Amino acid sequence: MKTLNSRRDFIKTSALVTGGILAPSFIVPGAYAAPANELKLAVIGCGGRGTGAVFQAFETGHPIKLVAMADAFQDRMDSSYKAIFDKYGKDKVDVPVEKRFVGFDGYKKAMAEADVVILAAPPGFRPSHFEEAVNQGKQIFAEKPMATDAAGIRKVLAAAEVAKAKKLNVVVGLQRHYQNNYREVMKRVHNGDLGEIVGGQVYWNDGGVWVRERKPEQTEMEYQMRNWYYFNWLCGDHIVEQHVHNIDIANWAKYSYPVKAEGTGGRAVRTGKDHGEIFDHHVITFTYADGSVIHSECRHFPGAANRVDETFQGTKGKVFLSAGNHGVMTDWKGNPIYTHNRENQPNPYQTEHDELWATLVKGEYKFADAENAAKSTMTAIMGRYATYSGKVLTWDEALNGTVDLFPEKLAWDAMPKILPGADGYYPHAIPGKSKVV
Amino acid sequence: MKKYFAASGLLLMSFQLNERAVFEAYTQKIPGTEVTFDMTPIPAGTFLMGSNDPDFPDQNPIHEVKLDAFWMGVHEVTWDAFELFLDKHFEESMTEGGLGERVDGLTRPSLPYLDMTFGMGKEGKPAVGMTQYGALQYCHWLYLKTGIFYRIPTEAEWEYAARAGSKSRFFFGENDALLSEYAWTNSNSQGSTQAVGLKKPNPWGLFDIYGNVQEWTIDGYEPDFYSRSGKENPFNPAEKLYPHVVRGGSFKTVDDEIGSAVRKISDPAWKRIDPQIPKSQWWFPEAPFIGLRIVRPLIPPSPEEIQAYYNQEPIADY
Repeated sequence: MKTLNSRRDFIKTSALVTGGILAPSFIVPGAYAAPANELKLAVIGCGGRGTGAVFQAFETGHPIKLVAMADAFQDRMDSSYKAIFDKYGKDKVDVPVEKRFVGFDGYKKAMAEADVVILAAPPGFRPSHFEEAVNQGKQIFAEKPMATDAAGIRKVLAAAEVAKAKKLNVVVGLQRHYQNNYREVMKRVHNGDLGEIVGGQVYWNDGGVWVRERKPEQTEMEYQMRNWYYFNWLCGDHIVEQHVHNIDIANWAKYSYPVKAEGTGGRAVRTGKDHGEIFDHHVITFTYADGSVIHSECRHFPGAANRVDETFQGTKGKVFLSAGNHGVMTDWKGNPIYTHNRENQPNPYQTEHDELWATLVKGEYKFADAENAAKSTMTAIMGRYATYSGKVLTWDEALNGTVDLFPEKLAWDAMPKILPGADGYYPHAIPGKSKVV
Repeated sequence: MKKYFAASGLLLMSFQLNERAVFEAYTQKIPGTEVTFDMTPIPAGTFLMGSNDPDFPDQNPIHEVKLDAFWMGVHEVTWDAFELFLDKHFEESMTEGGLGERVDGLTRPSLPYLDMTFGMGKEGKPAVGMTQYGALQYCHWLYLKTGIFYRIPTEAEWEYAARAGSKSRFFFGENDALLSEYAWTNSNSQGSTQAVGLKKPNPWGLFDIYGNVQEWTIDGYEPDFYSRSGKENPFNPAEKLYPHVVRGGSFKTVDDEIGSAVRKISDPAWKRIDPQIPKSQWWFPEAPFIGLRIVRPLIPPSPEEIQAYYNQEPIADY
């Protein structure tokens, strides 16, 4: 049964999104040293999302200077730098060529230049990047998910503890936590307006995402890095990379994390050589400590019906939520409990930066998103372990999993652990056969 | 690129044989698939475009416009057709005999990360949220598939077709109480797109012209364009990404803002929540109300002009 204790424990370890808990303030290193009170920013991972996050940081209006950038690829570095410089100019962008670090290792040097770092490389790099940022004592905006396997999650959880001890703000791009409909509904759910949450359903069913075709000049490492969505060491499968958003909402509604997962998944329609090893559908039953059950479903089936939302049922009523600003709570007779106004809502991708940077410029400590983000990512990884293995996994079995997906060595001529067969197709998990933990 | 041009040149020649001699309604099948859509002839003619209503200065002055003949989509483009264009693998799996080389040179959308049906459903429902560039490349895809030059209507073509000979605010008169018989709008849509073709058509056989989704035109928007737009086949080539003219009402539009002469505009705010930079050239994650109705000119332009039309580079969006 859900107890007050589990609820309190969860609050301690999750994002302080309600703004009700303020930790002692601190001084951001360098925050008041630079003229004009500028905060120095570095971006790690200069794809569309990292570049977008830099824009959102600047759009907060706070005094920020971008001082370093890191990406594995020169072309991504160049296009990102150009987009940022063209928009914000030399007053805000001071990243000479020698501070644009290209390759696998540049992130450490880039971070050393800054007070605040944006972590937006593919998910498989998050644990090492997050750990390094914490070790260097940086304030952090990290994209989701936090890792792609249990080994990565353990690293993030350990670093998250250090971040708390050092009072480093960490905001994670699970942006529903920064979206008003979710905040308003969760406030009411946690207040008991729906009674106890006894069940729910969370979905990310749509047609799938981008594919980058192999080019003849690419090494295997470069190809996987370019087409990273389809390789587990980089992406974690779409249940982790994408559906983590919805699974995280289930954990938020339940104020806890599931104790076990079982499920079914496979590759029904997305089966090409360009499609690596990830599944195109996963259906999971997550069971929580109180016996309540969340049904999770994600699929990438073009042509089929789309559904991306979350629903929960409580002893007193039910709720429908979506990223389209839905937040509709009704009792079991259909009477409204709360209906969120969907019009003119703030952009959550901007709000997460607005709130983070407002905190940073004041030298306060307010955000500790990493632990919840890691545990919600772990929930999704546990789901993948369940569909890949066809077995029932407990939380502890999943979290203690020893299968490490990461390559032994990162270099363009090094080999990832997953390699295509002679026919060009990659091996993928077979439920009932594959060992995942 | 060379291969692409050579291939499409060959296609053009072979398609000459299929040119329709008769200017009448037809059903276009997307080759190798079960998907079809209907086109209806819109005769050449002259009409009075705009209005002299002082409350809507961008409709002033009312002016005579002469248009060549074209066919227009009876319905707004649905997901059934649009989704084939989105995803090459999906198209391949849905196309008997494979895709061949025809669509090799096509620029396809990046698949949207977000659910671009916005929870409103696909089957028989209008495709939504595409940029004007996405709409243009959809036409390009149709051309590569069918050999027929489909394109986005001009603002003048749209208004001419919507009016269907009428001079009143609506093709059915002035009484907006009748609007719900012809259109899904804010007042009757329950907040969602609806399957196309469920309401009454206009006199020229066009369904949902005032409602369901707003429709792209090719024109850039300038409020004073009518004062200098010229009489014959006018359109306003866009030099900027925003605003373009969109026409018709949508399931979200209030009835007061609907009419044959009403000009609406595309808005960068429709991409506000796109978290990436550059922002998508293909998708508006906050415009579930924008869609597309295609046209086909009776006399197609030259192959060079067709290529130039489809090869318009998208303007970057930050």
